Amino acid sequence: MSRIIHKEDLAKDIIRLEVETPQIAKKARAGQFVVIIIEEQGERIPLTLANWDKDKGVISLIFQKVGFTTRKLGALNIGDSIGHILGPLGHATDARNIGTVICIGGGVGVAEVYPVCRAFKEAGNRLIGIIGSRSKDLLILENEMRGVCDELFIATDDGSAGHKGFVTDVLEEYFKTIEQSTNTRYPDLVYAIGPLPMMRAVSEFTRRYDVKTTVSLNPIMVDATGMCGSCRCSVAGKTVFACVDGPEFDGHQADFGELEKRLELFKDQEKKIDEKFSA
Amino acid sequence: MRNKVSQQSAKERAKNFSEVALGFSQGEAEKEAARCLQCKEAPCVKGCPVKIDIPGFIKLIKEGKRKEALEKVKEKNNLPAVCGRVCPQEDQCELVCVLNKKKMPINIGALERYAADYELNQLSDRNRKPTTDNRQLKKVAVVGSGPAGLTCAADLAKMGYQVLLFESLHLAGGVLVYGIPEFRLPKKIVQNEIEYIKGLGVQIKTDTLIGNTFTIADLLQEGFKAIFIAVGAGLPQFLGVAGENLNRVYSANEFLTRINLMKAYKFQEFSTPVNLGDKVAVIGGGNVAVDCARVSLRMGKEVNLVYRRTENEMPARKEEIENAQDEGIIFKTLTQPVRVIGDEKGFVKGLECIRMELARGCDESGRRRPLPIKNSNFVLDVDTVIVAIGQNPNPLLPKVTPNLKTRDDGKITVDENLMTSISGVFAGGDIITGADTVISAMGTGKKAALEIDKYINSLTSNSSNF
Repeated sequence: MSRIIHKEDLAKDIIRLEVETPQIAKKARAGQFVVIIIEEQGERIPLTLANWDKDKGVISLIFQKVGFTTRKLGALNIGDSIGHILGPLGHATDARNIGTVICIGGGVGVAEVYPVCRAFKEAGNRLIGIIGSRSKDLLILENEMRGVCDELFIATDDGSAGHKGFVTDVLEEYFKTIEQSTNTRYPDLVYAIGPLPMMRAVSEFTRRYDVKTTVSLNPIMVDATGMCGSCRCSVAGKTVFACVDGPEFDGHQADFGELEKRLELFKDQEKKIDEKFSA
Repeated sequence: MRNKVSQQSAKERAKNFSEVALGFSQGEAEKEAARCLQCKEAPCVKGCPVKIDIPGFIKLIKEGKRKEALEKVKEKNNLPAVCGRVCPQEDQCELVCVLNKKKMPINIGALERYAADYELNQLSDRNRKPTTDNRQLKKVAVVGSGPAGLTCAADLAKMGYQVLLFESLHLAGGVLVYGIPEFRLPKKIVQNEIEYIKGLGVQIKTDTLIGNTFTIADLLQEGFKAIFIAVGAGLPQFLGVAGENLNRVYSANEFLTRINLMKAYKFQEFSTPVNLGDKVAVIGGGNVAVDCARVSLRMGKEVNLVYRRTENEMPARKEEIENAQDEGIIFKTLTQPVRVIGDEKGFVKGLECIRMELARGCDESGRRRPLPIKNSNFVLDVDTVIVAIGQNPNPLLPKVTPNLKTRDDGKITVDENLMTSISGVFAGGDIITGADTVISAMGTGKKAALEIDKYINSLTSNSSNF
């Protein structure tokens, strides 16, 4: 059992929880995730670590209330407990000093890209951030991102904050300026985390420039320790398990089309249990 | 005559998840026990990987001393209710039973189960205190709470060690909980056995992935005198054919974990789903494949068991093969899948197979080699595929543990005392043998407990020499 010691609404349906898990907080590194089960009857869902504090022994989880389990999680309050938390899981981000890194986060993915940004920054990279959401009121962690990035760009679908359009529009714009400039180079790495269409669009764009691109894939998981293969994805024509081989992969090699279809597997069942929750 | 255990009828049990075998009544058990010749040589004991005093406990059953019979079993076996149900007795104790010469071996499995189930109805007896008071307070860590880990932990606790047992899932039991289905091994039985082991003083810490949450080095630093690694063979094998990542293709592990651990067969009450179509193909011929087939049947599906050899070569227990046939599983033997066919949405809509024949020559398994028959391809009309062709050793812990040596096939290397390449770190169960039976894993768990005790004693005697 892990107690919730802080709860905060970051935006509509996006919640931040601070949970007491000293050992996970001690071991956590950027890019890793945990699996939670709220109660015995619950399902196991992966959540990327949004933050952690070794000294306080707490981790932060930021999630959007989109399905049965995340809505149930969102209904918990300070003092309540989460039945089971396993982690940290997956490989940590390989955040070495490589020069200039562009980190892109979309939607609730901004929460997930923030610790990655911090790791790249701490390693000594020049860091460009691009974050986006549908509208201003859904944009999260703008200040935190501003604090860690050398430059931060914002995109909203409706133009209520920053650039009107997608994060990829901003990325294209950025690459165009580089093209026209004589003294700046293309970034050494682009890192993207967020909705699958966004990660795919980013990867397709950077492929044209041959700029290395890392994405953090988000397939369905069960045990998340490499035992079930529910999270298998195709990368470079080979089957990988995102839970133990990832979750980060080369965006130019990932089969987004296959993953998109695999994410549809339980749609009908999810609808059924959602209806039950609503009732 | 050998007394058989009565079962739920095939028609009835095909629709429920309740236990198939119903167990002996007292009369049946005592009658069967009376058949035992009480051989002095007791070949059955030699046939048992954990060396239970089989004639001894059978004699006690005959005398109506069920509780004493169980105590006798538990001198060697910490999981008797599990073993009485899932051990392949026909290949072990019953195979070498003198009465097997007339094809009527004592039904040792059913008698073990009868003895063990005594406890199910004797709740007051379960809350026992740890059997030993002279706690040496020497800490040993056991990694993985499957049959090997539970056995080793229980034996060490009986010797007076302080045992901490780590499990990555949210429930203890390993394959007994996520793998073997309810109708063959009720989870209540597993829970009961685990409560017994806790009663011996073993502390169980779930939600802890050794390698990630704590490393082996962390544990050694925390003062554990020895570590036993029993993380099992949990890495699912796939066929390597096209279409294996289509929707509704599951590894046996995923399918069984969703059903057994997460209770997807009670979806709504439990929130983990499983998405099956109407017609299922289960690929494989082992116990896991037969389990997957029988679970699918109970989910109301038409089930084909696709196996590349014939029924005679199937590694599954004969009893379970017969049960599966009686329940209505369709056996498609001498059939090898070559491709999974999908629709435009990425869901399975067929399984292309090729017919096989058995060659004269044998392969390394000693069975006749299956060979494809040219131009015999056909499409099996199914919309769900479960791949149950075996599991490999779990690579996670070795990968993150420098100095922990493994063989090319992923098994952890151990010496004759089950010690790994790291001093004080032992390993046993499927992680050193590859996928094997529950009882074989328990056998290495037992041996490891003895070796660990020897090792820790040698540390103490060495240090007292100084």
